[in-house]
Amino acid sequence: MAKRVGMEVSIAAAEAVKQANVDVVSAYPITPQTHIVEHLSELVANGEMDAEFFCVESEHSALSVCVGSEATGARSFTCTSSQGLALMSEITYIASGLRLPIVMVISNRTLSAPLSIWNDHSDVMSIRDCGWIQVFTENGQEVYDHIFIAYRLGEDRNVLLPVIVNMDGFILSHVIEPIELLEQEKVDQFLPPYQPLHRLHPDRPITMGAFALPSIFAETKKAQEVALRSSEPKVLETWKAFGDLTGRYYHPVETYRAEDAETLLVTMGSFGETASVAVDMMRDEGRPVGLIKIRLWRPFPFDEFKKASLKAKQLVVIDRAISVGGPGGIVASEVKSAIYGDEPRPSVYNFAAGISGRDVTPSDFIRMVDKAEIEIEEGNKEGYEIYGVRE
Amino acid sequence: MTKPESEWTWKELPVGNVVLEPGNASQYRTGDWKTLKPILNRELCIHCGLCYIFCPDMAYNLNEESYFIADLFYCKGCGICAKECPTGAITMVLEEEEK
Repeated sequence: MAKRVGMEVSIAAAEAVKQANVDVVSAYPITPQTHIVEHLSELVANGEMDAEFFCVESEHSALSVCVGSEATGARSFTCTSSQGLALMSEITYIASGLRLPIVMVISNRTLSAPLSIWNDHSDVMSIRDCGWIQVFTENGQEVYDHIFIAYRLGEDRNVLLPVIVNMDGFILSHVIEPIELLEQEKVDQFLPPYQPLHRLHPDRPITMGAFALPSIFAETKKAQEVALRSSEPKVLETWKAFGDLTGRYYHPVETYRAEDAETLLVTMGSFGETASVAVDMMRDEGRPVGLIKIRLWRPFPFDEFKKASLKAKQLVVIDRAISVGGPGGIVASEVKSAIYGDEPRPSVYNFAAGISGRDVTPSDFIRMVDKAEIEIEEGNKEGYEIYGVRE
Repeated sequence: MTKPESEWTWKELPVGNVVLEPGNASQYRTGDWKTLKPILNRELCIHCGLCYIFCPDMAYNLNEESYFIADLFYCKGCGICAKECPTGAITMVLEEEEK
């Protein structure tokens, strides 16, 4: 039987990296990701994990090392947050362009300024278009599970893409949760050794990262775009295989009490669990409110999202980042694109909430639904605001 | 490369645009970058090989008569050979004028 233990989520993430037989860990500590790297360095130093641990001088180098090691065929891992991700951002595009299936955990944290160590999604949203598969997790178990899933998925010959597993900083990274650890045999059964399609080897010279003239660059980008878009069936297949092994099934878009709902909350990440409590409270009062949780952010699951949302009257999308000077929340913008071509379609009311770690409780979700329903009733069908700002 | 890169479709590209054929840069014609090309005056040439040594593209080769001749497939027309030639045996001329 799988062992269920109380464990800090960051430690569980590091344990998953160990169990996934990662060959190279290269990371630079930054709050709130630090505990993952710390624990990995301990595991390697104590001989509990057979991997190279690279102490690098920056996040830019951390991911650059992973690009190099992954190119030689070594299963590689890194993790970061906030400013660290910003510094690494240049290399995120290179890893996906070279189709190297690196796995990165992001303990999501606000980007400065003002300087803040707390959670929101502004860090990962800054590299939204970097070409990695991106998933969001709701709790510690999902973080742990998704590391195995990420490697198997990314390394699939039909995918070959790097994967980001997002977990909300502090809200997930620093809490102790019950985690069901997988037996090593089960991990090995699920995750075969990495068989790279192309790798750097002195006996079989190839060139990675060559210059591309305008005459071939667009073709390259098209191939990359198609690879990311068409990875979705593989995502589903991998989640199915993981579910069959563990009983924990994941879906690109997950719903909670959504079937007959007139108002649907839409969340991503750890908001999902709090929002489901709010949905229960509203259902108890007889209000037809449900919840949509987006797990797969890239490739965006347009069809699944439509299927889950189109019957509702209104969507209340809760973003955890702001596209400053743009349409408001980034998730809401995506949601609007997803349903734009459909008639009738629900109104989309958008809140940015929990910016830089401000608590969002079940009653906050209820207040947001109340506000959205009133605003929509009064004709402000596509409104946007930052929730809870003192006027 | 089996065909010019401008003819590749996106479906034919190797994953990650990896170059699978080692040393295929030798198939790339850098010669059409030039406007000037080097012409050797054999009367003045002393076979010292400085053109060969200084050529940044390794375009110079020794021919059967012991003259160093620039391979115009690679020569970019930079003129370093003409500048370095101790006897002034190399002159750079506009490609089109020479025709």
